[in-house]
Amino acid sequence: MPDAIVAEGLVKKYGDVVALDGMELTVPEGTVFGLLGPNGAGKTTTVRILTTLLKPDAGHAKVAGFDVVRDARRLRAHIGASGQYAAVDDHLTGAENLEMVGRLYHLGVKRAKQRARELLERFDLTEAGDRPVQGYSGGMRRRLDLAGALVASPPVLFLDEPTTGLDPRARASLWDVISELVTAGTTVLLTTQYMEEADRLADRIGVVDHGHVIALGTADELKDQVGGDRIELSVTSAADLEAVRRTLAPLAVGDMQIDATALQVTIPVTGGAAALTTALGHLSTERITVRDAGLRRPTLDDVFLTLTGHEADEKIKETVR
Amino acid sequence: MNTLQMALADGMTITKRNALKIKRAPDLLGGVVVLPIVLVLLFAYVFGSMIELPGMSYTEYLLPGIFVMTITTSAQITGYTLTLDLQKGIFDRFRTLPMSPSAVLTGQTVSDVITNVTSIVTMALVGLLVGWRIHTSPLEAVLGFLVLLLFAYAFSWVTATVALALRTPEMFNNVATIVSLPLIFLSNAFVDSSRLPGPLKVIAEWSPISTLIQGTRELFGNTSPAMPVSSAWPLQHAVLASILWSLVLLVVFVPLATRLYKRAVSQ
Ligand SMILES: Nc1ncnc2c1ncn2[C@@H]1O[C@H](COP(=O)(O)OP(=O)(O)OP(=O)(O)O)[C@@H](O)[C@H]1O
Ligand SMILES: [Mg+2]
Repeated sequence: MPDAIVAEGLVKKYGDVVALDGMELTVPEGTVFGLLGPNGAGKTTTVRILTTLLKPDAGHAKVAGFDVVRDARRLRAHIGASGQYAAVDDHLTGAENLEMVGRLYHLGVKRAKQRARELLERFDLTEAGDRPVQGYSGGMRRRLDLAGALVASPPVLFLDEPTTGLDPRARASLWDVISELVTAGTTVLLTTQYMEEADRLADRIGVVDHGHVIALGTADELKDQVGGDRIELSVTSAADLEAVRRTLAPLAVGDMQIDATALQVTIPVTGGAAALTTALGHLSTERITVRDAGLRRPTLDDVFLTLTGHEADEKIKETVR
Repeated sequence: MNTLQMALADGMTITKRNALKIKRAPDLLGGVVVLPIVLVLLFAYVFGSMIELPGMSYTEYLLPGIFVMTITTSAQITGYTLTLDLQKGIFDRFRTLPMSPSAVLTGQTVSDVITNVTSIVTMALVGLLVGWRIHTSPLEAVLGFLVLLLFAYAFSWVTATVALALRTPEMFNNVATIVSLPLIFLSNAFVDSSRLPGPLKVIAEWSPISTLIQGTRELFGNTSPAMPVSSAWPLQHAVLASILWSLVLLVVFVPLATRLYKRAVSQ
């Protein structure tokens, strides 16, 4: 399968800030690549370079066979992009916004109008389609912006945090739209803060930190990379947390996570069920009351945390070494 | 589609977008229709009745000045809209599209021509009601309107340049107000510029605004032999000088605005 997106050694600096530092990625045609990373990791900068909005200071990239710097003009006919912040025109109606985009893709007046209606329907905006965007909610704007990226049915699609700000129903329906597009052969590069989204949509995930990819693979491969299983247990009193940590430290194969509010401890282990039994045995010897205990596979959250040392989402947890 | 066809088609698409915006934005519409009416009525009734000129009515003398004052003000819509668009990120959308890169600025400035036609027609009609008359041939009168529109178009590129250099709507509005007032008052719009003191007189006589006002007065016949025109070259050849000024502004500011646009959107 040929590659729809190839980026090699991308570097971008803003004064002293190094936004990208040797960014590499390869996305085969017809697959979804998810860029995952904490705030400021360089996701948006990568997308902006690949969509010709920004020139890299070093390195090069090809999208759909076109160099993003040298062939920028020709490349634009083959990509659709939706940025992190909705770029829609407040005074125009939803339909007029999409029609304008269609005409700028040179679809022709009639086709542009028709395409606008199709997309409004697909994104559940038919009713609002003839109202100025000024009166749209954040989620409606977001959907309109995404519809704008699909106007020309481009073979390669870039979506920067496409579902941020969408309600669960709109998110699920966008996931369906993306799945349909990919089935029909579209290549998608998306950035996301939601592990669930990357897990569900992306064929391959690149974890980004400090401007380059620090881990790459399918969701399963990444989970394996951070090591076997997790014991998750909760205790009845905060006073027990320290005792749990001390007792189970020899079992842990990585950083233990202690959530002092939820009275929960997560311990990466090897050996699955046997490890759980051993752990519970130690705790009962120490007379620590366990309210709930279980064994689970690592989530992408764990991957993220282990690899970047940052928390993926807003939950505040305390990491104890 | 070749490059030129694409530039034209895309320019038209953006023009249509801006025209829709102006139609839907009451603040912009007020500046295009309401303000010109208020200005004409105010000046005609307040000053027109108080000031006597030899051989002609003050209202006739004033109207060309008010035309010019209005078009320089509404050319600022280009600058203001550009700064708003810069903040909203809509240019990011445009720049990922296979559109002609020149279309944003041409579309923006051309839509200003539409608003200028609207406000000039409004002012001319209200002017006729309050006693302003055209005393020349229809051809000269049409030329008068065209010279106004050409200058207005060139001036839109000036405000576009200023806007792309300043980038925020607040900054742009402040600077535009501070600059445009002296530009109008240091001219022959309301008074005979040759009666201004020393250096102010030189500035007023060589100001493109004075040139354009004088040129418009001549083409509409709003002049009087009893009111001699200053001997400064641009005022003696006001129509030609107005056209030259417009061309010079275009030659300087079209490339400048284009450069600044590229810089402003590629960060
Ligand atoms: N225009 C700019 N000027 C200066 N610094 C910038 C600019 N754009 C990005 N940066 C810096 O580059 C780095 C990468 O930013 P980028 O927007 O790519 O991160 P991100 O991964 O998209 O983050 P987020 O999850 O918050 O959207 C950050 O440190 C940011 O501060
Ligand atoms: Mg971002």
